[in-house]
Amino acid sequence: MLKDITIGQYIPGNSIIHQLDPRTKILAALIFIAALFLVTDLVGYTTMTLFSVIIIFLSRIPARFVLRGLKPLYYILAFTIILNFFLTPGRVIWSWWFLRLTQEGLRQGLFMGWRLLLLVLTTSLLTLTSSPIALTDGIERLLSPFRRIGVPAHELAMMMTIALRFIPTLLEETDKIMKAQMARGADFDTGNIIQRARGMVPLLVPLFISAFRRADELAMAMEARCYRGGEGRTRLKQLEMASRDYYTMVLMVAILVFAVVERLWL
Amino acid sequence: MSIRVEHLTHIYMPNTPMESLALDDVSLEIEDGEFVGLIGQTGSGKSTLIQHFNDLLKPTSGKVIVDGIDLGHKGTSLKEVRRRVGLVFQYPEHQLFEETVFADIAYGPRNMGLAGEELEVRVQEAMEMVGIDYATLKDRSPFDLSGGQMRRVAMAGVLAMKPKILVLDEPTAGLDPRGREEILQQIKELHRRFGLTVVLVSHSMEDVARLADRLLVMHRGKLVLTGTTREVFARAEYLRQLGLGVPQVTELARRLREHYGTMRVDILTVEEAHQAISAFLRQKRGKVHA
Repeated sequence: MLKDITIGQYIPGNSIIHQLDPRTKILAALIFIAALFLVTDLVGYTTMTLFSVIIIFLSRIPARFVLRGLKPLYYILAFTIILNFFLTPGRVIWSWWFLRLTQEGLRQGLFMGWRLLLLVLTTSLLTLTSSPIALTDGIERLLSPFRRIGVPAHELAMMMTIALRFIPTLLEETDKIMKAQMARGADFDTGNIIQRARGMVPLLVPLFISAFRRADELAMAMEARCYRGGEGRTRLKQLEMASRDYYTMVLMVAILVFAVVERLWL
Repeated sequence: MSIRVEHLTHIYMPNTPMESLALDDVSLEIEDGEFVGLIGQTGSGKSTLIQHFNDLLKPTSGKVIVDGIDLGHKGTSLKEVRRRVGLVFQYPEHQLFEETVFADIAYGPRNMGLAGEELEVRVQEAMEMVGIDYATLKDRSPFDLSGGQMRRVAMAGVLAMKPKILVLDEPTAGLDPRGREEILQQIKELHRRFGLTVVLVSHSMEDVARLADRLLVMHRGKLVLTGTTREVFARAEYLRQLGLGVPQVTELARRLREHYGTMRVDILTVEEAHQAISAFLRQKRGKVHA
């Protein structure tokens, strides 16, 4: 049933990648993405691939979990590659009926597919090795310098945390209400689109009511514990940069420099 | 209407790290017209079990047969089974959604294809069955009612489908003493006057002692004890081991017996306790005078 859905894909562990500060990991992922879009040739791609393989290996996440993240990507990947193959103008090397495969298309399609693959593999490593809470903490800290220009960093992070926390609860609730209405003869699976949409009303109304009730209760519980927003708030788990985080940042900057150099001069 | 369950096993999320065995080889039979209490600790599998009675959950293995119809059989009409076996979930008022009490209670019968006058009669009957006034409440919003009334409206929503078997999951949870009492009276009436087969899931030993003819005791997904209410509550020690207990009056009788030796112990209700203790006191006094 609905309960089987898992949100987030965090796999607990204590590899070097797991131990990195979430801020480091978020920044590293951003730098990696930038670098990935800068490199243009085989040397660049090979370097990036090598880097990805090494960090995947270091994270000690079983390969099948890393690859599972690719599943929703299959179609997009196939689509991208095929479109690039046949729609890029250039020297035709193979043609059949209306399809014309060009040399430039072949090159661009393969590189584009490769880029997408690396993009998803490495960024999914971010969510595989850091818990959702660690990630929101990291985002809050990274955004906090922008508070001065009006970015509500703490509030954003708190909303994300609460949303994540309540996804399983709401799924469970949905499952329960669905069953209760099915016991009264509701049918959520058959009928045309309008009938089905109308059939959702008995599910959505109670779900919204319960979501509002929960929100109200949560707000009350938070106030009862003197929650007053981010100002002056301390945390149980302080994020602290260790030497491994600085080394990682140095490495990432090096990769970025490599990508820029490669793009401009090689 | 009878329910027969044969070697029912249910595993949640099979083949994942979260796999859990919720029901383990459960076999039982509920006869037509019975009032059965289902007790067990939280997480013992009670709710999972009753959701099999109208096919909201499919067995991992085993069979559920309602009135001779095998629910696992292809071609069994699930709507028909769900009409015959009315399931009232925990906190059923959380499933209310319509603008008026009438419309909400009519939801089930409407799904069965009823309309017009027939529908009206159904709703009226269902509201009478749970003791809420049709004329004054039918056009009210269900969300304006008190907790006890909302719960009864939700129960009426199930009863309006005219089930033969009524399964109630903790119908008194979260109600004040008066609300509890009223709901329990209503359930008793449904059983007595309308001849419904009732399965009552409860954490309250008092409630099942008062109402049920027979008890089913679940523990960690297994059906560990069945028998008449008196037989089951005679095994106080075992029930305590399961994290359950016996009604307070039963416990009182047991302790009196420990001290004085002559007290009856198979006591389930306050009325029975009253009689037994009166008899006991008369006997004592007689002895003193003699």
